[in-house]
Amino acid sequence: MSKEPIRTGEIVVFNIDGREIPIVHRVIKVHERQESGEVDILTKGDNNFGDDRLLYAQGQLWLQKHHIMGRAVGYLPYVGWVTIVMTEKPIIKYLLIGALGLLVITSKE
Amino acid sequence: MHSFGHRANAVATFALTILAAMCFAASFSDSFNSPTPAASAQILNINWFQKEANANDEVSMTLNISADLSSLFTWNTKQVFVFVAAEYETPQNALNQVSLWDGIIPAKEHAKFLIHTTNKYRFIDQGSNLKGRDFNLTMHWHIMPKTGKMFADKIVMTGYQLPEQYR
Repeated sequence: MSKEPIRTGEIVVFNIDGREIPIVHRVIKVHERQESGEVDILTKGDNNFGDDRLLYAQGQLWLQKHHIMGRAVGYLPYVGWVTIVMTEKPIIKYLLIGALGLLVITSKE
Repeated sequence: MHSFGHRANAVATFALTILAAMCFAASFSDSFNSPTPAASAQILNINWFQKEANANDEVSMTLNISADLSSLFTWNTKQVFVFVAAEYETPQNALNQVSLWDGIIPAKEHAKFLIHTTNKYRFIDQGSNLKGRDFNLTMHWHIMPKTGKMFADKIVMTGYQLPEQYR
């Protein structure tokens, strides 16, 4: 993740305590302190009605820099489906690894 | 070396490599676009301006927001996310950016618009620093491509000021 400060409009990846799946949403509010450079951030999904405060931990109103794991910079269509399919039907994950393993073992070089 | 498994592996790898190259080429074609966006924002009315119970200032305003963002669209554009943020500095915070309104533009035909709206998101300060405060209204746009790199830019409009007194 680049060292550039976080600004509104950027799409960030963050984890909420107690939730295992990270959320990828857009920053809609930024309040950055004068000296320390510490920052309070509020995020929202573009097509959602309300901001993400319902998703944050109980009593949490803002995200800080340490919650942010990265930024989205581009799109590769449909690549995410591989992860989704392997998570929802783990048998496919084992089949794929098994097939690859078989290929390696049976290769004559 | 010519088993079904090896051939399938070779075809799959080649296909993925070609797909990746096509994504890169599509994204690269976006860099030839030289956009000429235009935007303006007017504050029509300050509806109210109060200090909340928790000691934070809040203001509600009605805005006219107009823009022509059609030159941003290329064949590789899925949609454009546009928003207008109030940006200002206070003694406590070096930078405050508060999004007041946003929208999704799904196609070039919808990229020229004039919106008359109150602020979609609450304009609340951290503290009570808004009386007489100068601020900018900045229109930001994020171009979401069908594939590849996202581009973002903005137009900064200066010269706005909040009232000296609550109302």
